[in-house]
Amino acid sequence: MKFSNYDPGQFYDELFESQGIPRADAQTLIDRIESLTMPELQRRQRAAQSALFKMGVTFNVYSDDQGTEKIFPFDIVPRIVSASEWKTLDKGLKQRIEALNQFLADIYGDQKIVKDGIIPAELIESASGFHKVCMGLKPPKGIWCHITGSDLVRDRDGNWLVLEDNLRCPSGVSYVLENRRVMKSTFPQVFETVPIRPVEEYPCRLLDTLTNLVPDHITDPTVALLSPGICNSAYFEHSFLAQQMGVELVEGRDLVVVDDFLQMRTTKGLRRVDVLYRRIDDDFIDPTVFRSDSLLGIPGLMDVYRKGRLGLANALGTGVADDKVIYAYVPEMIRYYLNEEPLLSNVPTYLCWDPKQQDHVLQNLDKLVVKAANESGGYGMLIGPHSTPEEQEDFALKIKANPRNYIAQPTLDLSRVPTLIEDEFQGCHVDLRPYVLYGKDIFVNPGGLTRVALKKGSLVVNSSQGGGSKDTWVICE
Amino acid sequence: MLSRVANSIYWLNRYIERAENIARFSDVNFNMSLDMPMGMVQQWDPLIMTSGDRTLFFERYGKVTPENVIRFLTFDEAYPNSILSCLNSARENARSVREIISSEMWQQVNNFYHFVQDAAKSDKVPNWPSFFDRVKLESHLFVGITNVTMTHNEGWHFGQMGRFLERAEKTTRILDVKYFILLPSVQDIGSTLDELQWAALLRSTSAYEMYRKQDLQRINPTAVAKFLLLDPAFPRSIRFCIHRAERSLHHITGTPKGTWCNPVERNLGKLRSDLDYLMIDEVVGTGLHEFLDALQSRINNVDDCIFKMFFDLKPLDV
Repeated sequence: MKFSNYDPGQFYDELFESQGIPRADAQTLIDRIESLTMPELQRRQRAAQSALFKMGVTFNVYSDDQGTEKIFPFDIVPRIVSASEWKTLDKGLKQRIEALNQFLADIYGDQKIVKDGIIPAELIESASGFHKVCMGLKPPKGIWCHITGSDLVRDRDGNWLVLEDNLRCPSGVSYVLENRRVMKSTFPQVFETVPIRPVEEYPCRLLDTLTNLVPDHITDPTVALLSPGICNSAYFEHSFLAQQMGVELVEGRDLVVVDDFLQMRTTKGLRRVDVLYRRIDDDFIDPTVFRSDSLLGIPGLMDVYRKGRLGLANALGTGVADDKVIYAYVPEMIRYYLNEEPLLSNVPTYLCWDPKQQDHVLQNLDKLVVKAANESGGYGMLIGPHSTPEEQEDFALKIKANPRNYIAQPTLDLSRVPTLIEDEFQGCHVDLRPYVLYGKDIFVNPGGLTRVALKKGSLVVNSSQGGGSKDTWVICE
Repeated sequence: MLSRVANSIYWLNRYIERAENIARFSDVNFNMSLDMPMGMVQQWDPLIMTSGDRTLFFERYGKVTPENVIRFLTFDEAYPNSILSCLNSARENARSVREIISSEMWQQVNNFYHFVQDAAKSDKVPNWPSFFDRVKLESHLFVGITNVTMTHNEGWHFGQMGRFLERAEKTTRILDVKYFILLPSVQDIGSTLDELQWAALLRSTSAYEMYRKQDLQRINPTAVAKFLLLDPAFPRSIRFCIHRAERSLHHITGTPKGTWCNPVERNLGKLRSDLDYLMIDEVVGTGLHEFLDALQSRINNVDDCIFKMFFDLKPLDV
């Protein structure tokens, strides 16, 4: 019995209630795994990896100079989310995105939330994603955050918590789709008996979300996906999504602003672009307005956007809500804009710019996770319990020097999923990134990217830091 | 179609075709050397001469040995036209247009690349003839997959144009290998040895059987040159390639055949019509090598015009 020795430990396990007792939705899967020999499971694991490799499902690691491409390690044991749990997540995420969208419209408009004293003005202005030039923008249909990939985690008691919202250019959805394709050939029988919700609708939904931004009078719109190019870590995904949607994949050098329209250079001359799904951060998108050293962007794009002659997803300026200090205020936003109680909680967050909270953080550096407010991808953080006194000292100095830029959160005992490591199943920590689209209505793709920390005991799941991924099965109601 | 994308598809096809042809002309040399009488030194110089990259070779290796020449042409990453470098570039180009080409094409480029990469990394020296065969086969697979899985649209025609121009150019070089291969003495021209070498050349362009079918005479240099230069129907002959390239060009621009409205159409059309009305005696009269040289520069000139006409991304004056 492969799982008889599997110990869920003191963590919340996504597949097991307790040692030897699978959760109801996981029973069929566990039975199926038990019916296979270990060599057969390993063979399937290898087959899955090699299928992903052949499809070229790879990402680039910036700091690694031995060949830029890596395959994102994939584990064949999926994480399962029950129908009722998903219902809560679905509602909670919709509520959250609605509030965040209203926040963005407000913050680049009348700033009522500041005037009413909910969020201090200086916090907004000091957020790195806040761009004054976006003040007064009126994006088509009032939608700012078309594509979001919120990171969710579960604590020791199984409570879902939102770790971050990712309103700029969240990546990873291509893995959701490709992992599923691979899993169907890994455990076909399980798919026949367990009602798993499909994730394949995503590209169509994404295209709808984008064409929703086309002005009504245009009948033959051109939609394009703007990528930084082949060297970007998520290039595979850019290309994959463009292919799945059947839209043009463009780079900055393909685009030019002529006659107040955004146009692309084709073999037959210039052609107008109406909607751009941009996978380039604000900072790089228009060197005349943002960073002037950007070679990726298109000079003059902001002007076209301001004139309403271009739909952009996501809108410019959405990064303000990705600031980890602003994140701490999302529950307040939900109460303020929607007059509702948040259905999904934040991870408790200490803001170092507040002297009292800073004291608490400095005294508990060995227990907390400290994060830079504007970093993502697992960079620029301190994991207290795994850190040395020197590292803590270093962070204490950083915090005191720039308190606005740091927040701290309790170290969470992330939930775990059994994972095939060599010839046994080990509990590995996971998070979940569902993808949310805001078009005519809000759509949460039933599934998401489950990232798993493959280093034993590690809590860092980022692909750039040695994480892997799993398929995510949402069970039908 | 985006200029950048058209450029990538064009080069993807050129690089795959180039890798195949490097395998071909390495193969022809291999075969010719094996037929050399005992005591004669194997000739590897000609290969370097025809590659057109003689200077770089001597900078990197200094001395012509079979090992050096083969390494240079197959796995040398510092040589941009080695088989490995071609596959690298083909794959990078494919990667940047993955959403345009079919997944099957991408997978084939990827497999092809990994095959060459693995061979290059391996400690064992490959069995060269079977390595070259496999390279040819992988390239043919790519062409077949392209033809049956990609819509024959503008992008496909750019690919065709790239492939056929590359093939035409490389066929001139394969023919040229024979020019540089020395015979033991002048009297050996027309001898059995000479004939064997011409046969090897035909085999390396997969032309031996097809040549045989249309000409029952003994193999003679003029007839071989005529076949590889001017045959209207053999898919590796230069005339055939130029016809196909021109056909794709006119599909892309929509200009009626036989007319022109830009330098690409004019230069390519002129080249095509020259080949259409050329007689092999005229070629032999001026000298085959000189003729091939001139042909190469005309093909390169067409490539330059294509770049300027379709791909050049020079900033616009706004």
